[in-house]
Amino acid sequence: MSQTRKQLLTDPLVDNNPITLQVLGICSALAVTSSLNVAFVMSLAVIAVCGFSSLFISFLRHYIPNSIRIIVQMVIIASLVILVDQIIKAYAYEISKTLSVFVGLIITNCIVMGRAEAFAMKNKPFESFVDGVGNGLGYSLLLMSVGVIRELFGAGSLFGIMIFEPVSNGGWYVPNGLLLLPPSAFFIIGFIIWGVRTWKKSQVEAREYKIQTLEEH
Amino acid sequence: MSLRNYFHSIEPHFEKGGKYEKYYPIFEMVETIFFTSNTVTKVAPHARSFVDMKRVMTYVVISTIPCVLWALYNTGLQTNSALATLGVEAQSGWRISLLQFIGLGISPESLVSNIFHGLLYFLPIYLTTLIAGGICEVTFATIRGHEVNEGFLVSSMLFALTLPASTPLWQVALGISFGVVVGKEVFGGTGKNFLNPALTGRAFLYFAYPAYMSGDSIWTPVDGYSGATSLGIAAAEGYESLSNYGITWADAFLGTIQGSLGETSTLACAIGLVFLLLTKIANYRMVVGCLLGMIIFSTFLNWVGSDTNPMFSMPWYWHLVIGSYAFGLVFMVTEPVSGSHTNLGRYIYGALIGFMVVMIRVLNPAFPEGMMLAILFGNIFAPLIDHFVVMANIKRRTKFNVQTQ
Repeated sequence: MSQTRKQLLTDPLVDNNPITLQVLGICSALAVTSSLNVAFVMSLAVIAVCGFSSLFISFLRHYIPNSIRIIVQMVIIASLVILVDQIIKAYAYEISKTLSVFVGLIITNCIVMGRAEAFAMKNKPFESFVDGVGNGLGYSLLLMSVGVIRELFGAGSLFGIMIFEPVSNGGWYVPNGLLLLPPSAFFIIGFIIWGVRTWKKSQVEAREYKIQTLEEH
Repeated sequence: MSLRNYFHSIEPHFEKGGKYEKYYPIFEMVETIFFTSNTVTKVAPHARSFVDMKRVMTYVVISTIPCVLWALYNTGLQTNSALATLGVEAQSGWRISLLQFIGLGISPESLVSNIFHGLLYFLPIYLTTLIAGGICEVTFATIRGHEVNEGFLVSSMLFALTLPASTPLWQVALGISFGVVVGKEVFGGTGKNFLNPALTGRAFLYFAYPAYMSGDSIWTPVDGYSGATSLGIAAAEGYESLSNYGITWADAFLGTIQGSLGETSTLACAIGLVFLLLTKIANYRMVVGCLLGMIIFSTFLNWVGSDTNPMFSMPWYWHLVIGSYAFGLVFMVTEPVSGSHTNLGRYIYGALIGFMVVMIRVLNPAFPEGMMLAILFGNIFAPLIDHFVVMANIKRRTKFNVQTQ
């Protein structure tokens, strides 16, 4: 093991964040971040699915035939997602309606599949579980950051509690309607990636080409 | 000490190794306002032309002058007329007090009063644009070490002209910052932007603050005054009923109608267009393409007809004069960087925009005006159009070669 368990958990938060570095799982980040409540429940769901799917796949890793491993992984992930979906429907019905298909779409979330393929198939159960939870947390961290920006500036509230009183209620804040539309998450994720890569230079990718100037010609 | 000598004396501080090395772009920006650039191409190939970037951008700014003048006059005219209709009780605010104080009054008949009142709306917006956008531009130039160039003057002028007069200044600042940063700087600065920066900022405001950017009460900056734009009326009741509101085709062409600051007068835009075409800054192919696309598709819709949607019957010469079609056509469609770069591609690019404008105006119930969205749509497709044109050319030439060998 080159990484300690603690590193497995904390690495995906910033240094190897599944969204900002690997740019996986973007679709759901666009759809569920307009309010923090929804983003929070979605985060919990992804952490649970990612952690437990890695755990179970790791248990079975010696018995999964290589040629059909994706299907087997899918079956495990899908069962977990159905379970999570039922729990959310039972305990947070309103939020489950807002989340609609996006809980089901965790099955296709590249992060979950990616961890199963890249880590759980080769490592021991407990490490795999920690790695799955860590990546779920990395996803959640970004989801919540985007959610904070979108809900605070788009609606003036956090977790539904008013922070900036909007003009329509007699306050001073003019909500930015663009932030409530899904495309705004693209800009915000883009800005966050920009910020993270300015902070951690090692994450900057090599240029694919360089524009030649006349002097160098 | 002459200005030239002064620049020479302080230049070493800004060069490599100097005290203010970091701020070279700012020095360069100020210096080239007064003197031509020292940077010359030292290696082949040489393309000799006196039309450098500075000249191109300056020409575009000059071409907006008719629109600016008309924006001043018409904003004042609309405001003064609205105040006259509403009566004395509506007449408060610092602009009116200032006008009364210097004795100009707020009569819609007085040319000077109109222009001055318009200036009091246009100037704050324009200055905010310059300052907020300028800060973004200079910050990026300083950090990235590229020069601050005049492209920003064009973007800021066009951006200011696309706004309604009642836009709050903080929104102006936010919009231009977004336009400069996301529309231009993140892609590497002037010349590398695939979207029009001014329109990117305008679109940001449009979606972020729809209540301030569309509707009936924002076009004339007088509290309690409500009046739909010509496009709004045409969409709701058909273009024939514009005459009920006292709007004739000539009014719309001349521009004594409500709308964003610079967009109302087709005539002023046309003067700008002639200037841009004569100086060859604007490529006529894009203009022709855009006109043809709009004329053909709107005529087609006239022919199709509709019982429920009055916009179907609006003829092309009305499409031309109301809304921001003319302004967009002259200053945005012809922008060389974000448009297509092949000659055939320019026709297609223009036609695509012309087609989309009518499509959005007539067939899309969500947006009354389509020029901004159509141009951004065209911008995104421009590289693809170029790609296909180039590929078709390669294919044709290959075929030709095989035959002759």
